[in-house]
Amino acid sequence: MREKKPALIVTFPTTTDAMGMERMCAENQLPGRLIPVPREISAGCGLAWKAPVDAQAHLTDAMSQAGLHWQEVRVLELWV
Amino acid sequence: MIYLDNAATTRQKPPQVIEAVVQAMTTMGNASRGAHGSALQAARAVYDARCKLARLFGCPRPDHVVFTCNATEALNIAIHGILSPGDHVISTDLEHNSVLRPLYRLERHGVSVSFVPADRQGRPDLSAFSALIRPETKAIICTHASNLTGNLVDVARVGAIARAHGLLFLVDASQTAGAVPIHMGEMGIDILCFTGHKGLMGPQGTGGLCIRPGVEIRPWKVGGSGVQSYRKEQPEEYPTRLEAGTLNSHGIMGLSAALDFIAETGVETIARREQDLMRRFYEGVSPLPGVTVYGDFSQPHRAAIVSLNIGDLDSGEVSDLLSQAYNIATRPGAHCAPRMHQALGTTRQGAVRFSFSWFNTEEEIDAAVRAVASIAAP
Repeated sequence: MREKKPALIVTFPTTTDAMGMERMCAENQLPGRLIPVPREISAGCGLAWKAPVDAQAHLTDAMSQAGLHWQEVRVLELWV
Repeated sequence: MIYLDNAATTRQKPPQVIEAVVQAMTTMGNASRGAHGSALQAARAVYDARCKLARLFGCPRPDHVVFTCNATEALNIAIHGILSPGDHVISTDLEHNSVLRPLYRLERHGVSVSFVPADRQGRPDLSAFSALIRPETKAIICTHASNLTGNLVDVARVGAIARAHGLLFLVDASQTAGAVPIHMGEMGIDILCFTGHKGLMGPQGTGGLCIRPGVEIRPWKVGGSGVQSYRKEQPEEYPTRLEAGTLNSHGIMGLSAALDFIAETGVETIARREQDLMRRFYEGVSPLPGVTVYGDFSQPHRAAIVSLNIGDLDSGEVSDLLSQAYNIATRPGAHCAPRMHQALGTTRQGAVRFSFSWFNTEEEIDAAVRAVASIAAP
């Protein structure tokens, strides 16, 4: 049986912002991937960044330094 | 065919542009519409193109690069999105109808417009910009180069005037993007409108505008955005604010490949090559008896355009003769530049425009010179 696990979720106002996140993470070798926004979150963009919970500090620092726009950073229980 | 109508569209594209469009049409989903692999592939390709354009034009943020179908749509979005009844705007005699018609339409809705005049060589009187400024002046809207004469406007100087008076500065780069170096910050440009299918060598159906952060443009069209779907209004964030509806991702992917070609080749290298071809043609035709060339060729840098007439021959007839007898493609008539023709005194005759690209050859130029000489011969 599949088990839900905590995951860090970052949401964005636009798809362009989500794409900027993906590129920034790739350039800085930061973990995560784009997923459809979980229903628990009311987000602007249909894409969210999912990453390990323990990466939160690294990710938010890097997002700030890169001047990215985002809406929310939360921890949710997700399947995959 | 010898294709010398590159100011209308560059017919020959780098091969990778065609390959990129084919790849996009066979693999890509809809950007900003879903999180599956094909949709993400499209979104990544579009974002990648924004980054390349921001780099090319010195736009501070890729999310302030907005895609449109062409420069006309970009100009309409920008012009209608910054001007309101009661505003005054300054433009020039060099403009294309893609600027003039939106301004004329806004004149009927309470916007007043002044034009910086051009002389018989098509040169704008730059000192007139400051003289025309009023308390209610909102913006200066100016082409980077005339699509008729190829004369380049010193947009850095105009940008400095706009900045000194707190005016928005909108530049139409339809004839220069990809073929002449442009840097928004260094030139004081607030909004840069471009087309993708001329000097940028991408597919038709691509274009856009680059916006300096802090500049507010009201959306001209609203609708599906793939984001913030439960809001009644268009999202406020750029680029989504100005991009309602599915993007031309297939075309943008081709444009992206063209931007790679331009980055690898270098805008300065392309500009030098096109200038050399243009000068070669100009040197060949300008001494011919009966040939009148329009524009200021004392400028060290200009768009790769030479417009001319032969005696009092109808420009349409000359262009048709070039096409039928010499297999040379040119553009006669008015070129959607009515005020420029009025300044040059060519409204009745029009002019035959020869415009050059990176892919033209010296042999083609020499053949075109011989063709003009043959038609002009008594």
